[in-house]
Amino acid sequence: MPQSLFEKVWAAHAVRRLADGQTQLLVGTHLIHEVTSPQAFGMLRDLGLPVAVPHRTFATVDHIVPTDQFAEPYRDPLAQAMMQELRRNCADFGITFFDRASGKQGIVHIVGPEQGITQPGTTIACGDSHTSTHGAFGAVAFGIGTTQIRDVLATQTMALAPLKVRRINVRGRLRPGVYAKDVILHIIRTLGVNGGTGFAYEYGGEVFDRFSMEERMTVCNMSIEGGARAGYVNPDETTFAYLKGRPYAPKGAAWDAAVARWKAVASDPGCRYDDVVAISADDIAPTVTWGINPGQGVAITECIPDPAKAKTADEKSSIDEALAYMKLTAGAPIKGTKIDVAFLGSCTNGRLSDFQEVAKYLKGRKVAPGVKAIAVPGSQGVGVLCVSLGLDQVFRDAGFEWREAGCSMCLAMNPDKLIGDQLCASSSNRNFKGRQGSPTGRTILMSPVMVAAAAISGAVADAREVFQTS
Amino acid sequence: MSLPKITSVTGRGVCVAGNDIDTDRIIPARFMKCVTFDGLGEFLFYDVRKQPDGADKPHVLNEPRFRGASILFSGANFGCGSSREHAPQAIHKHGFRAVVAESFAEIFFGNCTTLGIPCLTASREDIARISAAIEADPGAEITVDVAGLEIRCGSLKVKAAIRAAAQEALVHGRWDPIGELLEGAAAVKAAAAKLPYMAA
Repeated sequence: MPQSLFEKVWAAHAVRRLADGQTQLLVGTHLIHEVTSPQAFGMLRDLGLPVAVPHRTFATVDHIVPTDQFAEPYRDPLAQAMMQELRRNCADFGITFFDRASGKQGIVHIVGPEQGITQPGTTIACGDSHTSTHGAFGAVAFGIGTTQIRDVLATQTMALAPLKVRRINVRGRLRPGVYAKDVILHIIRTLGVNGGTGFAYEYGGEVFDRFSMEERMTVCNMSIEGGARAGYVNPDETTFAYLKGRPYAPKGAAWDAAVARWKAVASDPGCRYDDVVAISADDIAPTVTWGINPGQGVAITECIPDPAKAKTADEKSSIDEALAYMKLTAGAPIKGTKIDVAFLGSCTNGRLSDFQEVAKYLKGRKVAPGVKAIAVPGSQGVGVLCVSLGLDQVFRDAGFEWREAGCSMCLAMNPDKLIGDQLCASSSNRNFKGRQGSPTGRTILMSPVMVAAAAISGAVADAREVFQTS
Repeated sequence: MSLPKITSVTGRGVCVAGNDIDTDRIIPARFMKCVTFDGLGEFLFYDVRKQPDGADKPHVLNEPRFRGASILFSGANFGCGSSREHAPQAIHKHGFRAVVAESFAEIFFGNCTTLGIPCLTASREDIARISAAIEADPGAEITVDVAGLEIRCGSLKVKAAIRAAAQEALVHGRWDPIGELLEGAAAVKAAAAKLPYMAA
């Protein structure tokens, strides 16, 4: 019987059925970082347990690292303590740690693919909801909690029930100025922030066939913002070409064998899906959020929703709450909304192609007066590539601050924070209340090129007009 | 490992109204700068409960009449967003022992179950009826019956639901899976041996 990738990967990693009916699932690759792992190691020590398979856990530091300071100790003693704790845990338990001195440090979801650790047909877990990013390679990747990190450390498995699979076909060709970020914001807007509960999203169709790995990662990254715990794209030649030669990718004869396995793990033609959704690429415009969750988005040409026109009482109250927080006017165009900060980076859009694409348009332009603009490469690897291409200088010349790698202002656990009710045009993934470090700070999510257009205009803008791309 | 069987939770309730309440709101990221979960309870819903200077804002969790409540009621998609276990930990350390909502985000639900915090769903109408009862009498005793899938408050009885595996795990004292996962060690080794990428 034809099977989906999800079913094949699940079957290959299912160890046994547990008493409560869940599956004991083998976690092939475990990624950890400093924020959600220390308590898990504490639990392990309390139980007197070793790490079961230390060579299948990889660590990096991303959330708390300052992006304007490399030398330790950090100004924030709590950040320094978390750094030490991760170092100690990795040393004590024999785990590979991509520390800042290694040159391989970065956001965990950028480092895994970059190092070739993320591979098709594998299961991946990480104590971070954006672990779905790794699904871009045809891996089944789950965000987990800290107690589950303990489970994976202690047993290389976790207790989980299988997900249903929803195939999302994006047909046709994206219009100029429309990016992967717009695709996922459009999908979440269409299916809702909890539309994916209980599902893994399998993304496909011509748009995904043509997408680069980095574009696929941007979409898979935000699956969780649509409620889907996992999201993936079937592996193909694009996937293999990306992986070939990366440090942890198989070499020689093992490479050929791996590619054969990876080809076989893709969903079979005619396999059964629990749900199928079709989206036309033509319907996707540059999309920006106006509210306090990633589903509250509009095309840049649209207006901010009017609660008076809401179809349900629920919708009305959620629009009211969002507009009150965002200090936006119902019915007004979103275009032209003044911004204070522009943030380029994050596990969603902090990869080489994001900076390359933006640099094309930034050349010869300047960030608007009064706008603080920061560009934060997602990993040291991305940073080095950008520098070798001279992109960092393009950003600096335009008035951006060019920073060290980390999560930075996506969730502001480091010193990069909004102040007061500043409004940020952000290439990150969440516009929740207070997300960017100030309890009253405001976030508008958009693609990197749209962030650049906003930075230059001092206001939310249509990049296609600002950069005359269409 | 012997764990308590969680067949029901009895206590007073409080309703934090709203849909799509995310884990950043439940526990803002800056409070995750810690290496233990100790003390997270006081930061629960911090930015909606407190002014920047630490003074109270109007919020149900600041009202003395709801102090000591151990059952939290809310709306749809509760716990969406970040996978941070700091959110259920903060809820638990604040004193809550069960959460009832219209629906839950998946990672949050799993994290709660593993900590022995039952998350039951009930219809919006029924949650509204219980909220009204709590409002009328904040001291009312509420029972969340995990085994019987029912919530009782005085003469009010409403239906509740929970995923079968979670119910089974809670009711039989198997909600923390570590013991059972460790017992599978031999089978884990055998499964891993079939996967070339897991080789050392």
